[in-house]
Amino acid sequence: MDTQEIISSGDLELYVYGALTEEESRKVSNALKEHPEIRKEVEEIENSLQKLSASAAPAYNAEAILARIKQKLGQKSEPKVIEIERDKETNWVSYIGWAATVLLLIGLFFVFEDKNDLREQLNAERTKTARMEQQIADAREYADKAEELLAVLRDKNVSKVPLQGQNVAPEAYAAVYWNKDEKKAYIDAKELPEPPRGKVYQVWSLKLEPLTPTSIGLLDEFTLDDNKIFTLENANESQAFGITLEPEGGSESPTMDQLYVLGAVASL
Amino acid sequence: MQQDGLILELQNGNHKAFERIYQLYSESVYGIIYSILKDEAIAEEILQDVFMKIWNNASSYNSNKGRFFTWILNIARNASIDHIRSKSHKNSQKNLTADNFVNILESNSNFSAKADAIGIKKYIDILKPDCKKLIDLLFFKGFTQKDAAEELDMPLGTVKTRNRACINKLREILVE
Repeated sequence: MDTQEIISSGDLELYVYGALTEEESRKVSNALKEHPEIRKEVEEIENSLQKLSASAAPAYNAEAILARIKQKLGQKSEPKVIEIERDKETNWVSYIGWAATVLLLIGLFFVFEDKNDLREQLNAERTKTARMEQQIADAREYADKAEELLAVLRDKNVSKVPLQGQNVAPEAYAAVYWNKDEKKAYIDAKELPEPPRGKVYQVWSLKLEPLTPTSIGLLDEFTLDDNKIFTLENANESQAFGITLEPEGGSESPTMDQLYVLGAVASL
Repeated sequence: MQQDGLILELQNGNHKAFERIYQLYSESVYGIIYSILKDEAIAEEILQDVFMKIWNNASSYNSNKGRFFTWILNIARNASIDHIRSKSHKNSQKNLTADNFVNILESNSNFSAKADAIGIKKYIDILKPDCKKLIDLLFFKGFTQKDAAEELDMPLGTVKTRNRACINKLREILVE
């Protein structure tokens, strides 16, 4: 189609109406960019339609409506007001500046506070962590001990010697697990009453004829030990074991009226 | 006449360009809206909405797709038709007498104040009835060529050629 055909086709009028398809409109848009005659024709059609529709408008206050539109859009309306507004703006700027400063200071204060809080929190967390690490270490130690005890109990060379409560404490009970080969005695003192302050349990290896007591050790830190299992060296040819309550540090020979428990090694 | 530089300024958010666009197009837009809604107060409301849309959606206008005037025209027609479909319109508009732009032009009170409008009144008197109807449907109401052909019981090609003849008449009168 040459330009004259396009112009006389009636498509340009429909183009301005918006009655063409998108595809057709695109073609016309391209054509009017390339051909000034087409562009001129379109502009004249548009001009006449603009006038036609304008004449269908009732009388209206164009400026007032524009002002309302601008207000709704948040645009400033009158250019004359600019100078007054500029003064206002400077005030605003300084107010905003002061407000910002105050806000900043408040903000900084809170940041500082926050930082302190965080530091405290961090310290608390660190303590907690340390405590938990300690607990883990304790538990591991405890587990190791338990395993060791289990191994002791299972060892065929270990003989169990039950120690029965004596006159001082008929309810008391203890046991010695004695590994003769390794020369070790494990004292289970779970059923012994807690020793009074300043006193300590002392374990004796006894030979019966004649009765010869040999100290094999003290149950130190009795209250602090959880499982109340104490490991002592015993290289004696023990025939019996006894536990007496002695003054702190232990005694050379047992205080017999403070004999808590006593038991003989079963003769094999 | 389409001012591409002005449109670009508008798209860049220039307030002055927006004012200029308003001055160039608001009366046409108002005429379109009023010819559809036939109520001054409502048409003024829609006119505001249309220009807010023009400002807010300026970036979506693309000269490859069509004329800026056509873009505005579509916004105005769509906003008016949306209003007609809305409930508030159905309640308020019951007794419409003017059914096309011709009636509006003939009853328009500020008619004589406009030089162009005087020419248009003359044109209307001269125009054949099917010309008036064609322009009303295609331009003011935004009918497609096909819909207009059906409405007027006219072959599709005739709609186009006859419409061109009508617009040519209009242009002649406006030049005089």
